[in-house]
Amino acid sequence: MNKTSRRETLKSLLLAPLAAGVASTTGCATGGAVNWNALPLEYSYGRTEAERQRDRELFAETYFSEHELVTIAVLCDIILPSDHPNGGALDAGLPEFVEFIVKDRENLKLPVRGGIAWLDSYAISEFGADFANISETQRLAICDRIAWPDVEDPALQPGIRFFSLMRDLTLTGYYTTEQGFRDLGYQGNVANVWDGVPEQTLQRHGMRYEPEWLEKCVDQSRRDIIASWDDDMNLTS
Amino acid sequence: MSNADQYDAIVVGSGAGGGMATWALARAGLRVALVEAGPWYDPADEAQRTQFRYPWESPRRGASTRLRPFGDFNACIGGWELDGEPFTTADDTDFMWWRARMLGGRTNHWGRISLRFGPLDFKRREIDGLGDNWPIGYEDLKPWYDKVDKLVGVFGTNEGLPNDPDGFFLPPPKPRLHELYYIRGARRAGIPVYPSRLSILTKRINRERGVCVYCRQCSRACGLHADFSSSTVLIYPAVATGRVDVYSNTMARKVDTGADGRATGVSCIDRENRRELRLNGRTVVLAASACSSARILLNSISAQHASGLGNSSGHVGRYLHDSTGASRAAFLPELMDRDIYNEDGVGGMHVYTPWWLENAQLDFARGYHLEIGGGMNMPSYGFGFAANQYKRFLGERVGGYGNGLRDDVRRFYGSRLSIACRGESVPQYSNYCELDPNVVDEWGIPVLRFHYRWTGQEINQARHMQDTMEELLEAAGGILLGGKPGPERQYGLTRPGEIIHEVGTTRMGDDPATSVTNRFGQLHDADNVFVADAGTFVSQADKNPTWTILALAWRTSEHIVEQMRQRNL
Repeated sequence: MNKTSRRETLKSLLLAPLAAGVASTTGCATGGAVNWNALPLEYSYGRTEAERQRDRELFAETYFSEHELVTIAVLCDIILPSDHPNGGALDAGLPEFVEFIVKDRENLKLPVRGGIAWLDSYAISEFGADFANISETQRLAICDRIAWPDVEDPALQPGIRFFSLMRDLTLTGYYTTEQGFRDLGYQGNVANVWDGVPEQTLQRHGMRYEPEWLEKCVDQSRRDIIASWDDDMNLTS
Repeated sequence: MSNADQYDAIVVGSGAGGGMATWALARAGLRVALVEAGPWYDPADEAQRTQFRYPWESPRRGASTRLRPFGDFNACIGGWELDGEPFTTADDTDFMWWRARMLGGRTNHWGRISLRFGPLDFKRREIDGLGDNWPIGYEDLKPWYDKVDKLVGVFGTNEGLPNDPDGFFLPPPKPRLHELYYIRGARRAGIPVYPSRLSILTKRINRERGVCVYCRQCSRACGLHADFSSSTVLIYPAVATGRVDVYSNTMARKVDTGADGRATGVSCIDRENRRELRLNGRTVVLAASACSSARILLNSISAQHASGLGNSSGHVGRYLHDSTGASRAAFLPELMDRDIYNEDGVGGMHVYTPWWLENAQLDFARGYHLEIGGGMNMPSYGFGFAANQYKRFLGERVGGYGNGLRDDVRRFYGSRLSIACRGESVPQYSNYCELDPNVVDEWGIPVLRFHYRWTGQEINQARHMQDTMEELLEAAGGILLGGKPGPERQYGLTRPGEIIHEVGTTRMGDDPATSVTNRFGQLHDADNVFVADAGTFVSQADKNPTWTILALAWRTSEHIVEQMRQRNL
């Protein structure tokens, strides 16, 4: 299956249960629309043919069942909800990212699949239905028990480990999107002429540049003048 | 198939050594064939650009893969494992071997740390009785280091240190905020700290190359050609002379020799169509990396060179050694809730600590330097893992879900300070690579088998590294993260090969019975074959090898030109 049709399938299978199961219960700001176009269709960042082939195979691979994908989406939405100006996990395309990265990193497959199965088993024993099909209140009651690693109840450890993993994947997936950059306030990855820590920040930290150190540093007003040296290794330009 | 051309020189490998040899020989008017196992590469080519990409341009958000072990945007094509090109290890050996397959080799993604070896680094046996002295000293190499500084460009400062020589430096960038905390810690601990020395252009050195725009992405290779890569600095200008033919995607199989035992050319395989290719040359310069050049020599078996070319001493592959390494990190509460601004800076640390102690008072023989990490890095895969783990240091509960996590992420962003140590190991005859008689790669070329074990010297050094890192991180105001590795983990000592500073396999010396090349990198056994990579190192100092590879390769190339002028070659 090519990437586009796989994406369409995922989109259609998830929209209905998510609209009922997620958006209506957690007040998803996007009104139930899950971003299934978070991953670009074509990659143009210096891929070798072997890498292109590997990605094609990953996109064509089906690993998760519909039920598993829905559960992933529900969890991502709980971890980082959409009722925030910078959007949440579903706006940032988290389910699609999680699906891809789990296929890409073999060592994630079993923990995520097994974690979902544990969660469903626990939900059934507590509330009589699997995690995606219990009420929001019931879901959050379970999350409150497994979202804190300091809980020592041995019976909950598999759930705690799984929730920590889903929190890691959700946050890493979110903070590597435009929404996440905005949320963080990240300022870098642009061409610039860096000239030291801002003065107000230095003051805030009680720091200052040592004058003798500063004396050795680059004078950015002369960066474009071609370097020359005297015979004693002193820069003369 | 044979190329009818007769080249003055065939250079195998296009990394630091091969690039320099190609440039220097072509500049002197020689006709040069450059053989590179990987494809042509230019980071300024939009189709190959990974610089200035955002994480969402990668479906895995920059995560590492087997094909890009240092991350999806890293420039190096190659890795720890190459499909179809295995290597093997002896039972008690845990060796890692990074191989690049691209124009410029590993110089496309290296750390740009550019340190001259000092006077002591060439004469270690004189000092501690271990290993061997180089046949040359700092005074022999100093003029070449000087020339490399001016040609390539390196920032740093002249500090007048006894074993970390001054140079023709460009000015360094100012320290970042976490580096100011490191400086503060180092001052408190009484450990020196100086501006780092990296081959990144903080100032223009010519009209061809650009000046650094502080994106911190040297590991993605620079489209402005504002850092040192062999391709951007040496090979493009060499090709522009019109005297260089680049054979990319071409793998050297062996050096061919004639009845007189001298080289006549290089047998290669064209990797794209699997055809054999023979290049004819008056001289051969091997610069395929220390281990790959040793492999080529060992595979160049003939009646005159029954144990491999250059191997009458049995020393090809011997004395293989890598730098040692260990690392540690801390959480700096003073860097919580920090102002967010662009603090990318150059592609690496702005400050570092060179070796500062006397080994005579220590239980290990050689030194190490410290590299500093931290800051407000661009998020990529892994960012946000264990997002609020530092809350435990504040007496708060770790974990949870919901929008509060956003506050945690922002609160702890950029609050980590890390140190990585890189040290000198003692070269051992018993650490070596050889041909594995039972395994060939997909080109039918016998592969290398490695034998390597650290000694007590390196393990004791790693223990000292751990103590130093703890002292410095705590002095900087940090709360140490993770446990302190003890003897059961060799104090966190990295695996042999892991630092990717492997050297020594074709070491130079005046005695043909105990060395492979003379002091010019010329084989004792065949005067028209030279080694221009780190294979000729007698010992790898606690410095990074690239600057010395460049200086030696230039010196070797001038020697070739001179010998040709005198009709000795």
